[in-house]
Amino acid sequence: MLQTIIQTIAAWTIPLFIFIILLYAAAKKIDVFTTFIEGAQEGFQTSIALIPYLVAMLVAIGLLRASGAIDLLIGLLLPVLTKLNVPGEILPLAIMRPLSGSGALGITAEILEHFGPDSFLGRVASTMQGSTDTTLYILTVYFGSVGIRRTRHALAVGLIADFAAFAASIAICTLVFG
Amino acid sequence: MINLIWLVMIISSLVVAALTGKMEAVTEAVFASAEQAVSIAFSLVSIMTFWLGMMKLIEKSGLINWVMKLLRPLVSILFPRLPKDHPAAQAILMNMSANLLGMGSAATPFGLKAMQELQTLNPDPQTASDEMCTFLAVNTSSMTLIPTTVIALRAAGGSANPTEIVGTTIIATFIACSIGVISDRLLRKFSAHNGGRK
Repeated sequence: MLQTIIQTIAAWTIPLFIFIILLYAAAKKIDVFTTFIEGAQEGFQTSIALIPYLVAMLVAIGLLRASGAIDLLIGLLLPVLTKLNVPGEILPLAIMRPLSGSGALGITAEILEHFGPDSFLGRVASTMQGSTDTTLYILTVYFGSVGIRRTRHALAVGLIADFAAFAASIAICTLVFG
Repeated sequence: MINLIWLVMIISSLVVAALTGKMEAVTEAVFASAEQAVSIAFSLVSIMTFWLGMMKLIEKSGLINWVMKLLRPLVSILFPRLPKDHPAAQAILMNMSANLLGMGSAATPFGLKAMQELQTLNPDPQTASDEMCTFLAVNTSSMTLIPTTVIALRAAGGSANPTEIVGTTIIATFIACSIGVISDRLLRKFSAHNGGRK
């Protein structure tokens, strides 16, 4: 039931949004087509200007994964987590989540398939995946788009929030699903 | 800071690859990743073009004023020094609404628009302003009400109840976002505007 409602909402949001925007603009006697074009023109330049930043960041992340450096890090952290009663299977996702959106989604899919979506691990992984975004990607794209070189404390804050999301996911799932 | 992190990421990868004999895989990864980066930028072109066109309509028709009225208190709490009707505030609101509604494809274009507007208020164009850092803190924890991708993934995996994680996700994302915003406020003082190479 809830699932059907949510799926319906998800399917309707964007079409409804477009519908309301266009109808409202037309009611206000705006030249909808010309105005759309006027705004859309900025899109290309902004996206293309991001290429150097994206290449720099994705190559670095691709190297971390291909070299096995991430696996090494997981191996080092695993004993610590086991002592804290945190399931070690979740660690690859926790490390990948801030780095790579597609990488994290792949790990979540793997956990769901291997342990089942309704297992404790499956629920924790689902909650983790949905409760935070790819910090490094957002930082790269958002700051890159305006040429910011000194990002100050933004990365630290993003990683603190990611860590909070992981800790909260495990704690809440333990409370709710036990 | 970002210079050092990038350097460490690459150098440590290359050292690990050398020690574990994965030099071939690493060479391949360089070019595969670069190609992936360019294709991401191109897929951004399509959504940026579409949603920035929509944004112009929202702006010009005055629809933005309704959103502003609804969510203004949130913006004045998060960005107290931002002029109330500045275009940056409008774009920030659109970005947050898109995130909340789960329209990820619209959130990025609105977010980049917000960064451009915030940049016009930034006294040092190479250094992130306080407002930019706060905005990033809100965005990296992606406040969303319905995690559609995860629900679809769970349904595909044969879950008996794919949506049971909606509640836990909302609580976790709220906690993450709050901690992000609070730590932004706390760390702000320690990372200087000018010359501070943090």
